[in-house]
Amino acid sequence: MAEIDKPTREVDVPGDWTYASAPESRDIVHIRDRYGYYVGGEWLEPAETYETIAPRDEEPLAAVGQATAEDVGRAVAAARTAYADGWSSLPGSERAKYLFRIARILQERAREFAVLESLNGGKPIKESRDVDLPLAAAHFFYYAGWADKLEYAFPNRRPRPVGVAGQIIPWNFPLLMLAWKVAPALACGNTVVLKPAETTPLTALLFCDVLRQAELPDGVVNIVTGDGRTGAALVESEDVDKIAFTGSTEVGKAIQRQLAGTGKRLTLELGGKAANIVFDDAALDQAVEGIVNGIYFNQGHVCCAGSRLFVQESIYEPLVAKLERRLTTLRVGDPLDKNTDVGAINSAAQLEKIRELVASGEEEGATIYQPPCVLPEKGYWFAPTVFTNVAQSYRIAQEEIFGPVLSVLTFRTPEEAVEKANNTPYGLSAGVWTEKGSRILWMAQRLRAGVVWANTFNRFDPGSPFGGYKESGFGREGGRHGLEPYLEFEE
Amino acid sequence: MSRLPVKKTYKLFIGGSFPRSESGRTYEAEGQNVARASRKDVRDAVRAARAAQPGWAAATAYNRGQVVYRIAEMIEARAAEFAELCGGADEVERSIDRIVWYAGWADKLPQVLGGSNPVAGPYFNFTVPEPTGVVAVLAPEDPPLLGLVTRLLPPLVGGNAVVAVASESRPLAAVELAEALATSDVPGGVVNLLTGNHAELGPVLASHMDVNAIDVCGADGDAPELERLAADNVKRVVHGRADVQSPWEIASFLELKTVWHPMGQ
Repeated sequence: MAEIDKPTREVDVPGDWTYASAPESRDIVHIRDRYGYYVGGEWLEPAETYETIAPRDEEPLAAVGQATAEDVGRAVAAARTAYADGWSSLPGSERAKYLFRIARILQERAREFAVLESLNGGKPIKESRDVDLPLAAAHFFYYAGWADKLEYAFPNRRPRPVGVAGQIIPWNFPLLMLAWKVAPALACGNTVVLKPAETTPLTALLFCDVLRQAELPDGVVNIVTGDGRTGAALVESEDVDKIAFTGSTEVGKAIQRQLAGTGKRLTLELGGKAANIVFDDAALDQAVEGIVNGIYFNQGHVCCAGSRLFVQESIYEPLVAKLERRLTTLRVGDPLDKNTDVGAINSAAQLEKIRELVASGEEEGATIYQPPCVLPEKGYWFAPTVFTNVAQSYRIAQEEIFGPVLSVLTFRTPEEAVEKANNTPYGLSAGVWTEKGSRILWMAQRLRAGVVWANTFNRFDPGSPFGGYKESGFGREGGRHGLEPYLEFEE
Repeated sequence: MSRLPVKKTYKLFIGGSFPRSESGRTYEAEGQNVARASRKDVRDAVRAARAAQPGWAAATAYNRGQVVYRIAEMIEARAAEFAELCGGADEVERSIDRIVWYAGWADKLPQVLGGSNPVAGPYFNFTVPEPTGVVAVLAPEDPPLLGLVTRLLPPLVGGNAVVAVASESRPLAAVELAEALATSDVPGGVVNLLTGNHAELGPVLASHMDVNAIDVCGADGDAPELERLAADNVKRVVHGRADVQSPWEIASFLELKTVWHPMGQ
C-alpha cells in the first residue's frame, strides 16, 4: 500500500484567546442635541435642562429637560383631556390595534432602540438586543390582546379604567419598564404621564417617535423627564388617579406616605435581596450558569437579582471553585461590543454606592474575589465580585447593592435554607437548584417571594405576573393580574 | 329568694386564651366593664398571630374550609345569645350565612385567582395565591357582629392570622364571638380579638413592623394617619366596607407567587 502523502501545514495557534472587538454600529441611532417634554403629542421646550451621558465613557449625549411641577401639571392636564376626549370610551378593539401597532414598530426599530439603550444605560448590547427589546415589544403585543377582552379577565366585575396614571420607572431596564407600565395602562383605557429615570431618558424620548408613527391620539401618553423632584411633583399632582412606581424601597415608602389619605391607587415594585439556593444534588454546571446570570446579568442592576447565594455545605468548595473559574471568562467592557457580558455601571452615584457597600463587606470580614480584568479608564466600571465568609448580619448580606456583587452563604438542611432565605425584609424573588422535584415544590411553597425560579433564574415574560412580597412592594405586573392595578370595578 | 346570676368578665382573646388587659384597664360599654387593650396587648396578639400563621396556612384548603364552617356551627348554637348583643336575629343569620359562604371559598381560590401562564419558552410557569401573613383589622362600629364577621372572614379564609379590634362602642358581640371561636376548631392565635380604643390601638397596629396588612374599615377619620404609618414596612392597606361579600375581599389579603421551571428531557 502506497504511502499517502499527507500535506503538512503549520497552523498559527494564537497565544491569546481573547475576543476581537465586535462593536455594534451606533450610526443607526440619531440623538438630538436637546429634548423637551412630550405633552399632548407636542414637544414642550424646557426652561431648565441637564446633560444625559453614556456611562461607558461619560460622553455627553443630549440635553434633557428638568421638568417642574408646572410642566408636570401640563402633562397631567393633557392626559386628562385625552382620557375624557375619547381614549377611555374608545372600543377596546380599537385600543388594541394601537397597541399592536406599537409592538410591531418596536420590533421593526428594535436594533435602533437596543443601541440607544446600551449607549445611555451601559448595559451590554447582547442584553438590550436579546432581552430588553424583544420583551418590550412582547409586552405591548400581549396587552394589546387584552384590551377588548377585559370582561373575560374579570367576569361579573364590569371593569372600567382608573383615569390618569402617573408612572415612574427606574434606570435598569428603561424601555422594558416603560412597556411594563404603559402597555397595561393603555389596554385598560387609561392615559399616562410617564417619568423615565433621570440617567436613562433617551429610549423613552425615542419612544415618542414610535407613538407618532403609530398615530396614537395626542395626550394618551405624555413623557416628562427630570430627577426625583419631577417624580415627586407627579406623585403630588392632584389630577392623577393612580401612581405606579418601580424603584428603591426607600422612595417607595416615601410615596406610600405621600399618598396616604388621598384615595389614589398605588402599586409599588421595589427592591430585593433574592436568595439563590443550591442543593448538593443540583446540576452544578447549570447552577453556576444560573448563579452568574442571576447576579451579573445587567451588571446586577436588577431588583430581583440573586444577590445572596446559599450553598449546601457539602458542595460549597467545588461550587465556589467552579464559580470563580467561570468569573474569569466573563468579558467586562464596552456595552456596544457584541461579545461583552458585563457592561458599565449606570452612573457615578451608583458606582459610589457599590464601592461603599463592597468596602463594608471587606471591613466586616468577608473574603473578596474578583477575576483579573482590565477595566476601561473612562466611564463607570466595577469588576464582577464574589464575597465568601459572609455572615447574615453583614451589610452585603442585608442591603440591596444593585451591582455585580454576590454574597455566598451556606446551609445544611432545607429548613435552614428557608429560614435564612426568608430572613430579609424583602420578598421579590428566589431561586432553587435541585434535581429533586418534590423538594422544589416544598421550597417554592415556603419561600416568601413573588417569583420563584427553580433550576433557572431571571426569566421574564409578559404573561407571567411579577411583583413582591413584604417590603418589595405590592401589585403585580404581567399576566392577567397585571391588568388589575389599572381597572376599577363595580361590585 | 331568687338566684343571683353569675356575671361574665369581658376579656381579650389572645393566642387562644382569655387574658385581661395587661394594663389592668377596662372601659364601660353596653353597661359592662370591658377590657381596654393596651399597646402591649397588641404586641402580644401580633406575636401570637405570627406564631400561629404558618400552621394555619399549611393546613389543607379542605381542612381550612371545614374549620371556618365550624365557626358558623358554633354561632348557630348560640344564636339567641348573639341576637341580644347585636341588631337581632337577622344580623346573626346573615353573619352565619356569610361565614358559610366564605368557608366554601378556601379550596377554590387558587383556581379562580391563580393559574398557569403560557410563557414564550420551554418553561412550566404557574401562579398561586398565598396569605400575606398577619393582618390587622379595625372592625366597624356597626353592625357589631356582621361588621366584624365581614372584615374577619376574608383574611382568615385566605390563610392569614388576624388581630382584630372590635367595635369600640358595641364590643360585646365580639367577645361572644371569641368564645364561639374558642370552642370551634380555629387554632389558638389564628384569630385574636381585642376590645378597646380604636384611636389608641390603630396606630400601634399600623406601625407594627410584623404586621403585613391592615384593614382600616373602622378607623374613620384616622385612616390617613394609619396609612402613613403603614408605609414603614410597606403594609397592604385595605379600606374595607362593613357589609360586603366577595372573593375579591379575600384577594386583598393574598400575595401572588409565580413559579418557573424549565421543561426538557
